[in-house]
Amino acid sequence: MIEDSGLPQHPHKKVRSIIFGILSPKMVKQMASAKVVTPELYDKEGYPVDGGLMDTRLGVIDPGLRCRTCGAKLKECPGHFGYIELARPAIHIHFVGLILTILKCSCRECGKVLIPNAQREKVKKKIEEMSTIESLEVRRKYIAETIKSLKTINKCPHCKSRQQKITLEKPSTFLEADKRISPIEIRTRLEKINDDDVEFFGFEPKKMRPEWLVLTVLTIPPVTMRPSITLESGERSEDDITHKLGDIVRINQRLFENINAGAPEIIIEDLWDLLQYHVTTFFNNEVPQLPPARHRSGQPLKTLSERIKSKEGRIRHNLAGKRTNFSARTVISPDPMISLNEVGVPMIIASKLTVPERVTDWNLEYLKKFIERGPKKYPGANYVVRPDGKKKKITDDMKEAIIEEMQPGYMVERHLMDGDIAIFNRQPSLHRMSMMCHKIKVLPGKTFRLNPTVCNPYNADFDGDEMNLHIPQTEEARAEAETLMMVQTQLISPGYGLSVIGCIQDAVSGNYVLTKLEKIPKEKAVDLLINAGIEDFSKLPNKDILSGNEVFSVLLPESLNFVGKTSERTELIIKNGKILTGHMDRNSLGESKGLLLRQIHKKFGAAFTADMIAKIQKLGVQSLKYAGFTTSVSDTDLPKIAQKKIQEVLDNSYLAVEELIEQYKRDELETFPGKSMEETLEIRILERLNKARNSCGEIVNEYCIRETGTIMMARSGARGKPLNLAQMAACVGQQAMRGGRIGKGYRDRTLSCFKADDFGPMARGFIRGGFKQGLKPAEFFFMGMTGRDSLMDTALRTPKSGYLYRRLANAMQDVKVEYDFTIRDANKKIIQFMYGEDGIDVSRSIAGKLDIKGIIADVVGEK
Amino acid sequence: MNEIFKEYEDKLTPKILEEVKENLPPKASKSVVKKILEAVYAEYLESRADPGESVGLVASESIGEQGTQMTLNTFHLAGVAEMNVTVGLPRIIEILDARKTIATPMMEVYLKSPFNKGKDIRKIAMQVKDTKLADVTDEFSINIRDMLVDVILDPKKIDDLGFTVAKVQKLIEKSLKDMNVKAKGNVVTIKLSGKDVGINDVYKLKEKIKNAHVAGVKGVTQVLPVRRKDEFVIITAGSNLKDVFGLEFVDITRTTSNDVLAVATFLGIEAARETIIREVLKVIESQGLNIDKRHIILVADLMCASGNVQGITRYGIIRDKASVLARASFETPIKHLITAALAGEEDLLTSVVENVMLNQAIPIGTGLPGLLSKPKKAK
Repeated sequence: MIEDSGLPQHPHKKVRSIIFGILSPKMVKQMASAKVVTPELYDKEGYPVDGGLMDTRLGVIDPGLRCRTCGAKLKECPGHFGYIELARPAIHIHFVGLILTILKCSCRECGKVLIPNAQREKVKKKIEEMSTIESLEVRRKYIAETIKSLKTINKCPHCKSRQQKITLEKPSTFLEADKRISPIEIRTRLEKINDDDVEFFGFEPKKMRPEWLVLTVLTIPPVTMRPSITLESGERSEDDITHKLGDIVRINQRLFENINAGAPEIIIEDLWDLLQYHVTTFFNNEVPQLPPARHRSGQPLKTLSERIKSKEGRIRHNLAGKRTNFSARTVISPDPMISLNEVGVPMIIASKLTVPERVTDWNLEYLKKFIERGPKKYPGANYVVRPDGKKKKITDDMKEAIIEEMQPGYMVERHLMDGDIAIFNRQPSLHRMSMMCHKIKVLPGKTFRLNPTVCNPYNADFDGDEMNLHIPQTEEARAEAETLMMVQTQLISPGYGLSVIGCIQDAVSGNYVLTKLEKIPKEKAVDLLINAGIEDFSKLPNKDILSGNEVFSVLLPESLNFVGKTSERTELIIKNGKILTGHMDRNSLGESKGLLLRQIHKKFGAAFTADMIAKIQKLGVQSLKYAGFTTSVSDTDLPKIAQKKIQEVLDNSYLAVEELIEQYKRDELETFPGKSMEETLEIRILERLNKARNSCGEIVNEYCIRETGTIMMARSGARGKPLNLAQMAACVGQQAMRGGRIGKGYRDRTLSCFKADDFGPMARGFIRGGFKQGLKPAEFFFMGMTGRDSLMDTALRTPKSGYLYRRLANAMQDVKVEYDFTIRDANKKIIQFMYGEDGIDVSRSIAGKLDIKGIIADVVGEK
Repeated sequence: MNEIFKEYEDKLTPKILEEVKENLPPKASKSVVKKILEAVYAEYLESRADPGESVGLVASESIGEQGTQMTLNTFHLAGVAEMNVTVGLPRIIEILDARKTIATPMMEVYLKSPFNKGKDIRKIAMQVKDTKLADVTDEFSINIRDMLVDVILDPKKIDDLGFTVAKVQKLIEKSLKDMNVKAKGNVVTIKLSGKDVGINDVYKLKEKIKNAHVAGVKGVTQVLPVRRKDEFVIITAGSNLKDVFGLEFVDITRTTSNDVLAVATFLGIEAARETIIREVLKVIESQGLNIDKRHIILVADLMCASGNVQGITRYGIIRDKASVLARASFETPIKHLITAALAGEEDLLTSVVENVMLNQAIPIGTGLPGLLSKPKKAK
C-alpha cells in the first residue's frame, strides 16, 4: 500500500542500546574535525575564525553559512566535535576520587596492585562474587580495605619499593608525603598499571585506561550545542560554555608561550593551576572548594554538569519531559447538556488547531472545499503538505493555485470539527484519568466546556481552572486514544475498582427529592423525562399519578437486579429494572461509592453506563427545576425544645470538664499508663467535649425540619455532612490543633482575655455557639488559628506527597505483566509470579474482587 | 463434587474456589456446579490483567494520587487514647523509605497459653517494660565529702519486680566499670575510684546511673495490655524484637513489630513483606482512603524482591535499575553517568524513560507487541 501511494519512504531506525564509556586521547583526536588554537571567535567582518571556537568545521549557527565538515546548512548539520591540545595535563574533576584509589592501591614504582600474588586469586574471586550485586565503588573500596588489612600499604610486595602515603587536597591536588604530585607524574604512574591490574579494578582495559582520566587533550563540543544569541543591539552574546572554553584556550596559549620561552618554573606552575581551574569549572562549576567562574555581571556560569543536573537540567527538563504542538489551553466551564465524552471547544481554537487529512480520490472534492474556505472561515484549512514534505500555508492569494495543484497523496490540515478526537488533560496529572480522550464539539464562547460529571476524575472545578487539549495527529494515535483513553473506558478506577464518575451536586439532591418524596402526574413525568433526553416511555406504568421511583426506573435497564444500601442505611432493592424499596442518593449514584454503578457497568458495558450517568444527571437537575429547591439560613432553625436540650448538653459537659479540672488540681485524676497528669487531663477533656458536640449533632438530626433544602442536601450526600448541619445549627465544637486543644501562646494562657492557667473549654478553643448565632471574638481567633494550621498542612503536604509519587513512579515504571503473566521489571527479574496474587486487574474487578455471588445467581437463575 | 473442583485447581486461585464453595446453592447438582465453575473461569479470564499492562505505574499512580489527600498530622491517638502512633503521609513515607529508625516503633506481644488468660497480666506486662534504675529508686543523693552516690531504693517497687537489693546492686556493678558498689539495707552506695575525682564527676555518675537498665526489655517505654477476643495481648511503645523473643512467656510465632527492618532481621523477608503490606493498609484505612491491596502488595514485593528490604530511594530500588538513563533521570544524574562511563555500561533501553528520551515507543502496553507480516511481492 505504502509503495503505491507514492509517498516518500522514511527509513525506520531504532536505537537498540547505548554504550557509555570514556574517550581516549586518540579517540578525541580522531573524532574531532578541527583543532582549536585561538581564543578569538570572529574576525572583523563577523565571520567565524578558522581554528577558533566558532570554527565552521564544528557546525554552523548562522543562517546562510555552510558547515565545512558535512556541507549542510543551519538546522541540518548536527555539529561536529573539535579538540585542543593542553600544554600540560589536567585532571578531570569527576574522576578525582577514582584516581586517588588507584594511586593508593598501586605501587609507585612498578605500578602493580599492592596485593601479593599469593593472595591475588582469592581477592579476585571475592570481587567477582561481589560484582553481581554491588556497584563498582563498593568493589574499589573493598580492594582498598584488603590492601590496608594486608599491611602491604607501605611496601610493594612485587618490587619491594617503599610506598608513601598519598592524600588528596581537595579539589584536585594530590600529595605524596606532603609533597605535591604533578598531573604529569600522576599520568605516568597510571600508565604503568598493566592491563591485568586494570581489570582487577573492574574496568576493561580496551575501553578504559586509567591514564585517560588525566586529560592531555580536551574535546570541544560542537557549536550547535552552544549557540550564540544576537541581542537587539546587534551585539553577539556567547553561550556560557563558549565563554569557559575561551578561557581555557586563552590560558592554554599563554602556557604554551611561556613554556617555549623558558619562563621560570613558578610562572608556569601558576598558569598550570589556572588551566586546571578552568578545566575543572568547565566540567563542574559547583565544586565546593572552588569559587565558581562568573559572568562579568557576577552570575555564575552554567557549565556542563549544571546543564545536565536538576529539574531544569537537560535530562529532566528536555529529555524526560517534552513539549508539544497541536495543543490548546483555556479556562473551563460546565455544560450539562453535552455528553460525558464530549468537550466543547471554542471556535477560535477550533480554527487554529488542525487535523491532517490525506487526500485520496474519494475525498478530493470534499477537501478542496476546506481549502476554498481558507484559514479564516470555519470549517476551513490552514496548511497543505505536499508528498515531498513541504508545508504550504493557505492564504487568500494562494488558494486557487493550491486547489489546482491538489491530488491524492497530499495532506490537508483542516480545522477541528465535531467528532474529532482530542485528549483533554488537567494538571496535576496524578492519574491516568487525568488525561482522557473526548470528542470535540465546536461551540461559541471562549472556554472549554465539559460535562460536570467528569470533574471528579480530573479533580476540576470551575473557579478559574484551566485545562489542556491535545489533538493527536496520526491515525495510530487517534485509534489508540479512542479505544484506550475514551472517557467511558476509564469509568472504573484502577485504584480501587469502583466508578470514578458519578452524579454530583444538584443531580444527587434532585434524584433524592424525586425518588423519595415526589408524586407526580403522568404528563409532568413525561415532560421531565423528555427534558432529560429520554424518549422511550414504555417502562412508565400506565397510571395517572406516578411515584418518583417509577419515573426514575425508566432509566434503569430491564434486567437489572440489585440489592444495596442507601446512605441512610435503609434497604435499596432494584428488581427487574424497578426500584422496589429505597431511594437514590450519593451512595448509589455518587463517584467511588456503592456498587450500583459498578454492577451496571459490568452487566451493560461502559458506553451504556456513561450514557446512563449523563441521563441520571440530567433527570436530577430537571426534577429540581420542577420541584424547586433552595437553601436558606432558616433551614437549620431548631424548635425551642431542641435549643434547650442542646444548652443542657453543653452545660453538662462544661460541668463535667470542670469536675475533671478539679480532680486534676487535687491530684486525684487517674492517669493513663505512660501519660503524665496533664496529658491525661487534656485527653479526657477533649473526649468529653467531642462527645458533647456529637450529641448536639444527634439532637439537631432529631429535631430539624426534614424537608428543607439544606437538610436534604446533607441527607442525600450531595453537599455537606450531618456534622456541618450541627455546626450551623447548634455548636461549632472544639478547635483542634496538632491533635489537642489550642495551646498557650501567651504565658499560661491562650489569648490575653483569659485568666492565667484556665483549663476551661472556653479558654482553650471550644466554640459553644453555632455559625448561625455567630462567633465571639475569642472564638473567632481560635478558628483563625486552626484555619491557618490547616492551610499550612496543605502547603507542606503537596511537595512531600509529590516527591513520594515521583519516587514511586520512577521505581515502578518498568514493572509490567509479561506474556507468561508474571510481573517483572526491566531486568526481567521476577517481582511477582501472579499479579496481586490472583492476577486480577483491579479496573476489571468489582472493588478488587470477582462477583462470585452474582455469577452463581446468574447461572442458577438461568435454569 | 470434589473432582470437579480439582479440575479447576490449576485454573483458578484457591481463594476463588473457596468462595465458590461457600456460596454454592444448597442443592446444586453436578452439572450446575460445573456450569458455575465454567462461568467463574470465563469471568476470571476476562478480569485478568493483560500482558503488557503497566501494573507498576498504575500502582504508583493509585498510591501517589491518594497520597495528596492524606493529612500531614503526625500524631493520632490509637484506639483507647493511650498511645501515640505516626499516621498519615509521614508514616507511608517512613515505610516506603525503609527507614532504619522509625518515629513511633511499636510491638504487639502475644503470650503463650497460660499467660495470655489475663491473670497477672499487668505484672507480665511490667516484665516487658524497660525499667530504669530511676524507676525503682526513691532518691539519689550525693555525698560530697566522700565522693559517693547513695541510691536509696524503693523496697516496694523492687519487690514488685521480684528483685532483691543485692540483685540491683549486682546490676549496677555490671553496668558500671571498675566502681566500688556496696549495698546496705535499701541503700546502694557507689564510690568513685581513682584520683582527682571532682564534684562534676560524681554528678555525672548520678545522672548516668539514673538511666541504668534494671529489668525488662530495653527500648520499651510503654506497655499496654489489651484484650483481643479471648486472650490478652501486650502492646508496647518501643520495639526490640530480639530481647522480647528471649522472654519465656512470649509467643514468638505471633509477636510482631511495626518496624519493617527489625522484622526483616529477626523474622525474615517474607515477614517483612507482610509487615509492609499490613502497615501501609493500616494507614490507608485510618485515613478513610480506598486503595486496592494489590497495589500495595506490588510495592511491598518490589521492596523485598532482592532478599533485603530496599527503600524506594536513590540508594534503594532505584540504584539497582538496569538502565543508566533511568537512574540518571531520577536523582544525581552526574554521578550515575560518570560511573556508567567508567564501567563501560550498556543501556539496553528496556524500560520507559530511556525510550521517552529517544522518542521511541516504550515497551509497555500497546508499545510491547511487534508485528510480523509477510508482504506479498508485487508482480
